[in-house]
Amino acid sequence: MKLIDLAGEPRRGAIRSKGWLKAHKYWLLRRTSQISLLLLFAIGPWLGLWFVQGNFASSRVLDSVPLSDPFILLQSAMAGHVMATAALIGALVVVLFYAFVGGRVYCSWVCPVNIVTDTAHWLREQLGITRDRKLNRNARLTILAAALGASMVTGTIAWELVNPVSVLQRGIIFGIGFGWALIAAIFLLDLCITRRGWCGHLCPVGAFYGLLGAKSVIRISARGRQGCENCGACLRACPEPHVIAPALKGNVPLVLSRDCTTCGGCIDACPSDVFSLATRFQIANHEGGCNGETKMHRQVSGDTALIQPK
Amino acid sequence: MGNHNPKPRAKGTVSRRDFIAGAAKSAGGVCAAGFALSLYAESAGSQPVQALRPPGAIAEEDFQSACVRCGLCVRACPYDTLKLAEFGDDVALGTPFFVARDVPCFMCPDVPCARACPTGALDAEIPSIKEATMGTAVLSDHENCLNYRGMHCSVCHRVCPIRDEAITLEKHVINGKPRLIPTVHSDHCTGCGRCEEQCVLAEAAIRVYPVDIARGSIGVNRAGRRI
Ligand code: SF4
Ligand code: SF4
Ligand code: SF4
Ligand code: SF4
Repeated sequence: MKLIDLAGEPRRGAIRSKGWLKAHKYWLLRRTSQISLLLLFAIGPWLGLWFVQGNFASSRVLDSVPLSDPFILLQSAMAGHVMATAALIGALVVVLFYAFVGGRVYCSWVCPVNIVTDTAHWLREQLGITRDRKLNRNARLTILAAALGASMVTGTIAWELVNPVSVLQRGIIFGIGFGWALIAAIFLLDLCITRRGWCGHLCPVGAFYGLLGAKSVIRISARGRQGCENCGACLRACPEPHVIAPALKGNVPLVLSRDCTTCGGCIDACPSDVFSLATRFQIANHEGGCNGETKMHRQVSGDTALIQPK
Repeated sequence: MGNHNPKPRAKGTVSRRDFIAGAAKSAGGVCAAGFALSLYAESAGSQPVQALRPPGAIAEEDFQSACVRCGLCVRACPYDTLKLAEFGDDVALGTPFFVARDVPCFMCPDVPCARACPTGALDAEIPSIKEATMGTAVLSDHENCLNYRGMHCSVCHRVCPIRDEAITLEKHVINGKPRLIPTVHSDHCTGCGRCEEQCVLAEAAIRVYPVDIARGSIGVNRAGRRI
């Protein structure tokens, strides 16, 4: 029996070895999280159930707890505005949360644009589109710096004048208008022009959250790496594949790159259970022997040279 | 790494030349992207000429640095007056505004919208709605105003929530005939837009504009003389 492979081709091996459900566990959890967060905001206006008011930029939970997006507040500060206390407390809560669990958890568990770009990537593989205009992965840092500079120069919250992340979130919660065109543009960029173009190379929001969670406690661990069969499934499933090689072949079997979105795609895709969620302090567990280590080193570095983007 | 290097370099190290070239490239990129975004922000920032902001809004230049576009003011308004700007609206993307002719501000005494604002873009401490300056009403088309034509319409005067302070009916003699002309007093008018909404003409003859558009100002003329 052939089940539909919703989360993509790299999971075939995992489906065979551990079943469809386990091979899609994190993918299902993530989609549930992204969609239920949006619903939480949307059932207010739709059904009059106000658990949360506002949107991801700033909100009030149960009419009391404030939450605010720290990146927007940072731009506002650059533009010269001193925030009122509610927004500041709200941003502090958000900063502490992501600094602990990993900044780009925002990307794979919260941001709805991620659903759009993941879908574009999935379709790309289904259609066998291989064209890939190489972009620099650090372009997002350039755009991040530019957004802060532009906020300072113009005295506006500059990135919010174009931010597709806000356009989509606001659109779902308040109505989207012509903003769908911007979302369509990102979908087409990722589908036809560049593999993982938006989230992996350009989005300054993802870059900001990456920096925010650079030292986070929760990390992906390759603690079962002596069982790795070098099938490359994790690298193909990962939206930021360059983060995986150091964990598989390096001294520390942890994914420590701030680019990792903690999506769990590698955990899902690996047929031999190499990856799991862990904290950055659980290093020595299940460490492989010296023999396996050297073999791994050779094979994986050869493997990733092909896939790892420059 | 370029082939100008005589010795192979250890993996992961970068020559000074490459480093400087890389840094220059990033700096250039930041400047170019920042410049483009600034130009766009400037043009977007000059747009909200017609936009009426919610009561308690701070000055427009500051508003653009303060409002995070969360829509908490929109949710707090019981009359669905406020909207967040979408692409294609003539207002900076995502910021709140209202169109008086569609739904004006009904001047809730407790100003729930301003109280809900978490950022200070709207003054949550505003003492009363009568302190709001969303704009100023202007009888912009005397020629079509029915009172001016000698009828007793006076709808704008009647619906004004601050009647006889913000709008009064003043006796004027026009073409030798007595007329009652609706007259706005800007120190009392909050710019709520009830008058514009209710004006019986197909296009309102009384309109609310942001204060800096509606009003002139006394100062120094071009020749430098005080007037
Ligand atoms: S990179 Fe940007 S668009 Fe992509 S998931 Fe993260 S925040 Fe959303
Ligand atoms: S004062 Fe009342 S009617 Fe006017 S915008 Fe605020 S909430 Fe709406
Ligand atoms: S509540 Fe304040 S920050 Fe939020 S949209 Fe309204 S004015 Fe802007
Ligand atoms: S806008 Fe019109 S109705 Fe409102 S206070 Fe001013 S004059 Fe009165």
